[in-house]
Amino acid sequence: MTEVTTNISKTNAVMLDEILEPSPLQKLRKRIFKHHSFMIGLIILLAIAAVALFAPFLAPHDPYDHELSSRLMTPFWHDQKHAAEHLLGTDKVGRDYLSRLIYGARISLLIGFSTMLISGLIGTVLGVTAGYFGGRVDLVISFVINTRLAMPVFLVAMAAVVALGASLYVVILVLGLFLWDRFAVVMRSITMQARDLEYVKAARAIGCSTPYIIVCEIFPNVLGSLTVVATVEMANAILLEAALSFLGFGVQAPIPSWGLMLNEAREYMFFSPWLLALPGSCLFFLVLAINLFGDGLRDVTQERER
Amino acid sequence: MLAYALKRTFVAFLILVVVSGLTFSLSHLSTDPALTIGGEQASDADIEAIRKLYGFDRPILEQYVDWGTRALSGDFGESYHYRERVSVLIAGRIGTTMTLGVCAILFALFISIPLGTLAAMRPNSLIDRFALLIAVFGQALPTFWFALMMIIVFGVWWRWLPISGNSTWMHFIMPTIALGYYATPALMRLTRAGMIEVLASDYIRTARAKGLSTSSILFKHALRNAIIPVVALAAVWFGFMLGGSIIIETIFNLKGLGWLSYDALLRNDLPLVQAIVLIFASFYVVLTLLADLLNAYLDPRISVK
Repeated sequence: MTEVTTNISKTNAVMLDEILEPSPLQKLRKRIFKHHSFMIGLIILLAIAAVALFAPFLAPHDPYDHELSSRLMTPFWHDQKHAAEHLLGTDKVGRDYLSRLIYGARISLLIGFSTMLISGLIGTVLGVTAGYFGGRVDLVISFVINTRLAMPVFLVAMAAVVALGASLYVVILVLGLFLWDRFAVVMRSITMQARDLEYVKAARAIGCSTPYIIVCEIFPNVLGSLTVVATVEMANAILLEAALSFLGFGVQAPIPSWGLMLNEAREYMFFSPWLLALPGSCLFFLVLAINLFGDGLRDVTQERER
Repeated sequence: MLAYALKRTFVAFLILVVVSGLTFSLSHLSTDPALTIGGEQASDADIEAIRKLYGFDRPILEQYVDWGTRALSGDFGESYHYRERVSVLIAGRIGTTMTLGVCAILFALFISIPLGTLAAMRPNSLIDRFALLIAVFGQALPTFWFALMMIIVFGVWWRWLPISGNSTWMHFIMPTIALGYYATPALMRLTRAGMIEVLASDYIRTARAKGLSTSSILFKHALRNAIIPVVALAAVWFGFMLGGSIIIETIFNLKGLGWLSYDALLRNDLPLVQAIVLIFASFYVVLTLLADLLNAYLDPRISVK
């Protein structure tokens, strides 16, 4: 008798579960909140984006305002004398370091985001075209991708910056024209799989035009991976810009780019190591946040174990 | 298999032709090499004479074909700045860069294979989480900043290691770590994924059922299979690293090819820049070609497709 009742309550529970089954959106929300590293990445990223957006209100000084009489002031943990005026000290020409770090977030995010847009556009168009049409088109585009992969990015980017003249926009353009390879490779393979899906075949059978199929049937399939690759490339672009600026082949003075600040701090590294430590940590946390966000996005959207 | 190998080799060669052509046109269209050679004091007549002497007045395609055919026989022309054969300059520097590259990739494998294997043995355990943490942090750390911080800590504060130059093996320790750790996350993730897959396979269960010891299963059976794609990826990363050596060599004043290319770019020394780009590209192309052929040899299905 007891056995029967437990059985009934079990079936009831199953039915109740089915009725109360959360919607896909609720499930997604639950997965997002349970994914700690994704949330950490998202929070850091939003914080940095907010700092970049409200830089004029947050920065205590003008980042370009230099005062030679107050150069190389130490940050608050060394002595409290200037803490009220310059919390994180000043650089070699007396510019407020905190303000420059705050404005630096703008430069890094601007470069990361614009580069990602340019390279994403190029890579997606190439990859989707190659994957959808296959055959000779694929052969040619694969050759272009392999050629791009064979180029030593950093060296060729440096040469291109020399050729075009170093500036913020040249750096964005050069990196945008170089970093599309991962987009193209990933988009190509996903489009190849999506091309043979039943409903894509059906769309072809009822006579939809090729552009319509690519935009409305194929594209929604690749969107998830596209976002993940976009975060990876954004992080990549930010690191490359910093490296280029550090060597003097990127953003030019007096723009407060974190990479350029590292370049300017290099000659003082033995006596004022915080000048190096601070911009580098900013770079590290921004890239870390983007990576955590991207990895988490992949886990959350693709419901797969890492 | 032979047809596949020939086809791949031909494509690899074609890629190098295109890469060199792009670098050639990029550098020749943007700057006037005659101005670089002549220097600031040169008069217009001097510039014109230099242009004639070096053949810069000819069409760019003709110059490229001329340069390309000579490059095939190892003749990359003469450096504008050093007034020496480019091939001689490169031969003198390549040893340093290769040493650094080999040490860095060995360092990366030395860290990533044991850590990846341990992580795969106990997924979601403490050591797995630790490995993941290292991978996530490693990917976010800017290589050159890491190098600078190492210089401050190990070179200046504790005075353990020399910070500049390449006279002893001690000089290679920090550059090796700085260049090598960057490849660690990718290699470790691949080791871990490969090991998890292999450890779940039937023949490992058979080996376990036979009563083989854990170490024998792990090293003789599992790792041997899981390691093949890792080695292939390491070959590709080695190619990347040679390109990435520019910034590390510049920071540590390690006078290899990367340092030479930085110097050449600062001085607008086109023959040198072109030759180094081509050499880095060739390394990458040859290494990927070998990795592909190795894969095709191990898995004959690839060459048929």
